[in-house]
Amino acid sequence: MSINQTIRVLIAKPGLDGHDRGAKVIARALRDAGMEVIYTGLRQTPEMVAEAALQEDVDVVGLSILSGAHMALVPRVRQLMDENGLQDVALLVGGIIPEEDVSALKAMGISGVFGPGTSTEDIIRHIRQLAARGGNPG
Amino acid sequence: MEALVQAALNHDRRALARLLTVVENRREGVDTALAALFPHTGRAWIIGVTGAPGTGKSSLVNALAKTFRAAGRTVGIVAVDPTSPFSGGAIMGDRIRMRDLAGDRGVFIRSMATRGSLGGLSRATRDVIRVLDAAGFEIIFVETVGAGQSEVDIARAAQTTIVVEAPGLGDDVQAIKAGILEIADVLVVNKADRPGADNTARALKAMLEMGHPATRTDLISHHGRLMPAESAPGSSAASIWIPPVVSTVAPENTGIGDLVAALEAHHKYLIETQALDGLERQHIEIELYDRLQAALMARLLKGVPGEVFADVIHRIQTRELDPQSAVDAILSLPDQSC
Repeated sequence: MSINQTIRVLIAKPGLDGHDRGAKVIARALRDAGMEVIYTGLRQTPEMVAEAALQEDVDVVGLSILSGAHMALVPRVRQLMDENGLQDVALLVGGIIPEEDVSALKAMGISGVFGPGTSTEDIIRHIRQLAARGGNPG
Repeated sequence: MEALVQAALNHDRRALARLLTVVENRREGVDTALAALFPHTGRAWIIGVTGAPGTGKSSLVNALAKTFRAAGRTVGIVAVDPTSPFSGGAIMGDRIRMRDLAGDRGVFIRSMATRGSLGGLSRATRDVIRVLDAAGFEIIFVETVGAGQSEVDIARAAQTTIVVEAPGLGDDVQAIKAGILEIADVLVVNKADRPGADNTARALKAMLEMGHPATRTDLISHHGRLMPAESAPGSSAASIWIPPVVSTVAPENTGIGDLVAALEAHHKYLIETQALDGLERQHIEIELYDRLQAALMARLLKGVPGEVFADVIHRIQTRELDPQSAVDAILSLPDQSC
């Protein structure tokens, strides 16, 4: 890994809920931690998220979902990312995720699930660890 | 690296994205990659889009790209947003306004942070444009950071520069100040459905009637700086380009047809008057000086130990030495590994 390694993160809001305060708080916290954050805006389809992740060559994709549709959206985004050759790009989820779904999501290869009350420090640490593992060489 | 370059040239989008990262981060092998790509460059039409924050640059690029796509032309977009001077991080939100372009494989959007550059682009922007050019995108939009008055780097990278204004941002004195308005090939009053749009358009037109500062293509570059040509070759009244003022409402697609026509007219003008060649020569000269400057600086710093700088800074601060004498002293040090 090169010294000049700025961590790039895509923050996306797939699905139909229109509340992006959480996504913006995370984007801001990551910016203040020295990361480059690409924010997609609201109401993205899984296809749009996977395509943006590809074009922007990010290290990590963070999804914010408050609609309850995470069990439909998250696996679809993961699948499309894999199809785009992004198997090495980590996928994180934040939002309202019931406890019983967390292990199912982790079983799908979602590296982190962050519910309400998570400190932004935890998320930053998690992303730094993922990036240090060298998820995205090139 | 060779495989990556080859894959990018063969329209592999993943390879293209990774190559752009190599270029932006100046990773190992970057110079070899750029050298291999260079023969494939010089085909794209590079359109710069600049203007104050919130004037609607991203929405305008979205609408323009959609129109060019409908005509079957492929589009690359480089969107630059500012890096925080404190944390080094950035939030890049240009994609929010470009959602109409999602899912179209004829479009490739890349966001870039300025990473400390102050002219409205980042240091690597020129190389990123080149990679997209080599990858075969016919039109490349370069959207600068929200620019105020003096961020004019875009004129040194683009062939056609759009300056976007919106109503209500200042009086007509703003329109006659030096700087960003002077680099416009096409002026746009976006958000033209808002009150005051007519006044803004009128102020811009009045500014143009007072005379445009030599069309940009009548400037020559001299040691990396732009200056007016004493007698620009082939500059007759007929060859002078007067920037048109176009009013648009980007999300409603109002005026976009007129804007595309104005852009096409400028491109045609550049080609027919051979101004395009002159412009490219100018850009190459400026780039050469930029790169020489950077390389000489790097070589100099390599040859001068850090303690020397610390000592010199201290002596300047204690008024023992003035800054210019310090520079002369450093330059006359024996070992500069030349």
